[in-house]
Amino acid sequence: MTATENITPSQVGDITAAGTNEGRQELQLRKDVSAKEILRGSGAVLRMSESEVAALAGTQSEDQTMIINMGPQHPSTHGVLRLMLELNGETVLRCKPVIGYLHTGMEKTGESLTFMQGGTNVTRMDYASPLNNELVFALTTEKLLGIDQDIPERAVWIRMLLSELNRISSHLLFMATNGMDIGAVSMMLYGFREREEVLRFFQKVTGLRMNHNFIRPGGVAADLPAGWRDEVLSLLDALPARLAEYEILMTGQPIWRERLQGVGVITRDEAIALSATGPILRSTGLSWDLRRDMPYLRYDKVEFDVIVGSYGDAFDRYSIRLNEIRESMRIVRQVLDAMPQGDYRIQDKKVTPPPRGRIDESMEALIHHFKIFTEGFKVPEGEAYVAIESPRGEIACYIASDGSATPYRMHVRAPSFVNIQTMPHMMRGGLVADAVAVISSVDPVLGEVDR
Amino acid sequence: MSQSSNRVADDVRFVAKADYLKTLASLREEGFEMCVDLTAVDYLTHPGRNIAPEVLGDIALERFEVVVNLLSLSQRRRVRLRVQIAESDAVIGSAFDLYPGTEAMEREVFDMFGIKFDGHPDLTRILMPEDWQGHPLRKDYGIGNIPVQFKGAAS
Repeated sequence: MTATENITPSQVGDITAAGTNEGRQELQLRKDVSAKEILRGSGAVLRMSESEVAALAGTQSEDQTMIINMGPQHPSTHGVLRLMLELNGETVLRCKPVIGYLHTGMEKTGESLTFMQGGTNVTRMDYASPLNNELVFALTTEKLLGIDQDIPERAVWIRMLLSELNRISSHLLFMATNGMDIGAVSMMLYGFREREEVLRFFQKVTGLRMNHNFIRPGGVAADLPAGWRDEVLSLLDALPARLAEYEILMTGQPIWRERLQGVGVITRDEAIALSATGPILRSTGLSWDLRRDMPYLRYDKVEFDVIVGSYGDAFDRYSIRLNEIRESMRIVRQVLDAMPQGDYRIQDKKVTPPPRGRIDESMEALIHHFKIFTEGFKVPEGEAYVAIESPRGEIACYIASDGSATPYRMHVRAPSFVNIQTMPHMMRGGLVADAVAVISSVDPVLGEVDR
Repeated sequence: MSQSSNRVADDVRFVAKADYLKTLASLREEGFEMCVDLTAVDYLTHPGRNIAPEVLGDIALERFEVVVNLLSLSQRRRVRLRVQIAESDAVIGSAFDLYPGTEAMEREVFDMFGIKFDGHPDLTRILMPEDWQGHPLRKDYGIGNIPVQFKGAAS
């Protein structure tokens, strides 16, 4: 019995894969693709002049070029990203990212998990900034429930604290991997070392280093532990000196600048056309940060600067992230000062399980606890789209609810998935060695790309 | 949705499939520079979806719905378009020429729902293997009984 015989007709849509051959996803030879696709690869859709297009499209003959695979198993591709590069000597003519190697159907899984359980699913998408994923899922659920304005102040500020610390840890991871990709191998050790200190704080608060499922619809899972303020303060005191070390090690170094400056340049119009967000968009000089421009949580109550670049190159993206660590530290200090007392989750019986102590005393509490964890809570019919600024750009959650306890459809707008589209444009005309710098500067997380 | 909300409600518009690209073009002129998200929903088992008739106008609800989120960076505004796609005619114009950033998103919707985008330069599967059968996010794609599919198995 062959594989195809097992498939029931309902599983085969009217458009099956039968019309396409194995390998259509890959980068095709120039003679096999339409002119439009060649032009897309050459950036014609980004409003190039006709002469520029002509210069790019027709000049290469196939016997001078070669198509090579980079990845999916390659140390510089940050996971299982596979790039197919068309090379002429060392020059990249075309590039096509081939993704899906980490696809586990998380959006489909999300449809069978209750809103209570959904956090465990989304937190595994962007595993470098899990708390932001949980936050956007919780915010969307709360919007559907209509309780988004009723979340206790302390819960909101705890969310901000964790979100900013997560931005720091994510950018520190970028510092580490970016350094390693470019050849500053000791930077990898330093970056991971500092990140681990942030993760240690997360472990104290949430119980886990990653994949916390801590930010939940209605608030957060637990109050901050005793002594959390000192932990954060010691982190904030230690980091500036380390960041200064990074500056010495990398920013000022001629080799570092040579490797990054002028590499992977993208213009503002290209970035907007390709829906790029986050540090890629900001590196082109456009000051766009959802925390400031469409504030959520209490970002309108804290002061911080939006860091922008001016050249749109890999060096700008590096320094934007480095300085965003400093801005996040600034926000964390303000959060420490402003952290109110109070409840850490909404006292809405519908979404909040009863406290542990009540379960032993009250039959109702026990039943309530049981029902909320087995059946979950029902969310009114409707649909909502909520976007927040993750370290990689706009992460958003779109949930359509049919009034049951599980989302009817749960879609996550993953910044890495969209940002990957900028790679072919950044790489075109550059060297293979610079391709590594470009991948690194886009900072994709493949768990989020493939979901 | 939220009674206590002091925010502006989401700007959601239902657009007829025939007017989809025209609407996108005029919204782009209006200042929505970025197509920030494009996805779809399969309303096979929830066809009603609780929409007030006056919002809907003369648009008939269909099985599939393509949801497009546009963002205006200059005006700090969002708008969401909902386009109905019939199962019998699961084809819609591609927004690629207006918003090149929709390239990967449209491929994902094609891969997951089997909705074709007319005019897309490279409409192939993006997340599933090229020889995969069926479209996983459709509601009639069984979860838990996915047949094992081998590459290159003799048929």
